[in-house]
Amino acid sequence: MNSLKDRAADIAAEAQKLHKPVWNPTQGNPKNPTPRAELQAQSSKLTSLEEAIRQSGLRDGMTISFHHHFRGGDKVVNLVVAKLAEMGYRNLHLAASSLNDVHEPLIDHIRQGVITRISTSGLRGELARAISMGLMEEPVVFRSHGARGAAIANGELHIDVAFLGASSSDPLGNACGYSRSPHAKSICGSLGYALPDAQYADKVVILTDDLVAYPNTPNAISEHHVDFVVQVDSVGDSTKISSGAIRDTKNPRDILLAKQAAKVIVNSGYFKDGFSIQTGSGGASLAVVKYLRDSMLAAGVKASFALGGITAHMVKLHEEGLIERLVDVQSFDKVAAESLRRNPMHKEVSACEYASPDEPGSATHYLDVVILSALEADIHFNVNVLVGSDGIIRGAIGGHPDTAADSALSIIVCPLLRGRIPCIVDEVTTLITPGHTVDVVVTEYGIAVNPARPELAERLRAAKLNVIDIEWLRDKALRIIGQPAPLPFGDRTVGIVLSRNGEVQDVIKQIGEAD
Amino acid sequence: MMFVPGNNPGMMADAHIYQPDSIMLDLEDSVTLAEKDAARWLVFNALQSVDYGDTEMVVRINPLNTPFGRKDIDAVVRAGVHVVRMPKTETADEVREVEAEIERVERQLGCVGRTQIMAAIESALGVVNAYDIATASKRMMGIALGAEDYCANLKTQRTPGGDELRLARETIVVAARAAGIDALDTVFSNLNDMEAFRAEVEYIKTLGFDGKSIINPRQIEVVNEVFAPKEKDIAKARTILAAIKEAEARGSGVVSVNGKMVDRPVVLRAQRTIDLAIASGIIDPAEV
Repeated sequence: MNSLKDRAADIAAEAQKLHKPVWNPTQGNPKNPTPRAELQAQSSKLTSLEEAIRQSGLRDGMTISFHHHFRGGDKVVNLVVAKLAEMGYRNLHLAASSLNDVHEPLIDHIRQGVITRISTSGLRGELARAISMGLMEEPVVFRSHGARGAAIANGELHIDVAFLGASSSDPLGNACGYSRSPHAKSICGSLGYALPDAQYADKVVILTDDLVAYPNTPNAISEHHVDFVVQVDSVGDSTKISSGAIRDTKNPRDILLAKQAAKVIVNSGYFKDGFSIQTGSGGASLAVVKYLRDSMLAAGVKASFALGGITAHMVKLHEEGLIERLVDVQSFDKVAAESLRRNPMHKEVSACEYASPDEPGSATHYLDVVILSALEADIHFNVNVLVGSDGIIRGAIGGHPDTAADSALSIIVCPLLRGRIPCIVDEVTTLITPGHTVDVVVTEYGIAVNPARPELAERLRAAKLNVIDIEWLRDKALRIIGQPAPLPFGDRTVGIVLSRNGEVQDVIKQIGEAD
Repeated sequence: MMFVPGNNPGMMADAHIYQPDSIMLDLEDSVTLAEKDAARWLVFNALQSVDYGDTEMVVRINPLNTPFGRKDIDAVVRAGVHVVRMPKTETADEVREVEAEIERVERQLGCVGRTQIMAAIESALGVVNAYDIATASKRMMGIALGAEDYCANLKTQRTPGGDELRLARETIVVAARAAGIDALDTVFSNLNDMEAFRAEVEYIKTLGFDGKSIINPRQIEVVNEVFAPKEKDIAKARTILAAIKEAEARGSGVVSVNGKMVDRPVVLRAQRTIDLAIASGIIDPAEV
């Protein structure tokens, strides 16, 4: 039994028991002597956009998905949908993590019947305006980032083909929101909102404007999830993807709001060594970290992590040792995007790891303080971040309801007035973040604390902050501006707002042109 | 004193949320000729309808030798402004002319004496006449330096060090002190250089000015920080005032604190420190 030949009968017997064939030395793949740098260029995944669409098996009526990490600079959605229109596709469901001004060309594709359903976190610009006025037969479905991640993971939102832009990818599909090559054209940082799509979509197409050599590690999206890699001229206009420097608000009212919010945090009882923090978009909420820094230095308090939308301010505090870790689902500016590439404790996470209500380990559950902005808040502390006071959709749900619900302390910064528009009202135009999850509303005229948190109001009063009733704020706005006329909503439903858990929470009605 | 253009309703409605000590709504240089009437009505309505709380309200009017000055006085005195600020004041007669105009309107309203006057000194002649201007009316509450026009009149230009303003600044402070009214320094226009702004505020505080004119809410914090008395000074002032109170109770006017004699100037300075500390929100008036 000293040779393979001697053991042949035993091999055959074991193969039969395991229902496996017997190895045949003459039938194995021949060894490929091609140098590996050349071999990777022959990757079977590398193809054209049209070929990738064809091979993906996409059919009319299916669901395609996109991420919004290229923000106002995104070219992927328009490029892919134009190609789909050209190829004759119809009746598609577009499920994006968000859509914005740059996606105005979708209006035509909707009119032509290429796109008939949309799921997103937000809508802006002309597309939002047209949809608000009744462009689509089917109402747009709005989900928070956490809810979208959860819906993709539990199958409620099934994606047939995901088209995911990346700032770099190798020919096998290891893709990233930044590039380490000298030919880098774009940088967006974290690809967090694209990760559930990559993991759960039936087919995944990576579009990149910087095809780099294998292995493109550390990667955001693994080749394991990728079916096709398409090289394109540009995935996004880098000047519109992210601003280069710290976006420091010069608006004195935003600065006032940010300073007040920082004082609320410091005196809230949650400002302790090892606390965690997130700031939402909007000048005032982004600036809070800047003013909190002084208090952190003075009190010797350090944060264990900053979550979310990572900003240049947070990177600064991280690099100064004031924030131990950055947990990044979306990099808000170029400084944050570059930090992700550079700092080992700056970690990219998926929308599910960030804010899924279904995952006990999602980061929002361990968030102490979140500072968020608002279009409107009402006397029940409900918040609207999606529909303008003119009834036109002009925002995004984002992680607003996720972070408000999961954090220990949620702070809304919101001016009482924007021009002639009151922002503290009787009832919000559209219910996005339920009042029982909102703890504090900071305005330039005073700070309202949810009556459900009397201990918080007590602490803020003890610190001599101007704590007032939210009804007083509403009355103040009415005194200054007067009672606005009711909005001319029609009967048709143009949008559905889902709660974090997938329940129907509110609907958005069609709006007529204001007189 | 925060300058707010009188033709900007948004800024006028918001100005007090930043809690400046006083707000100056401007009808003069920040309003174009075509907008003078509209701005006057805006300011009139702002004064009547916006709740400015405890903020001192000042309006800078157009000079009386323009077609707008008298109309400005008529409107703002009717609206209940606290202080009328005269631009480019050069002589005591100009002050008396404005006073007469204010009094005419106040008489119609039945509130003679309600409105105070502040004069901006913006020329060499104005600096030479500073004391006369400061004492021209019992309504005078302060004089202020307007540096841009002053430099143009002086045939020089502004420099970072401010050498060209030295005599004007010192003259205005001395005149104001002699007249027993406030002295206010000119604006600092470079909003992006907060360090230079802080240095200038520290400098004019040393000269004796009571405050600084500002053009943006972002400048308020620096002025307050510089002018706010330090903890050490407040503690010392409290000790002095407590000692003098105790001495008075005993029927004595002189007392020594830490081996130093405390006389009237020292007491006045201590009281001023406490007043400033209250105004800066550092100490509660109830504690004093």
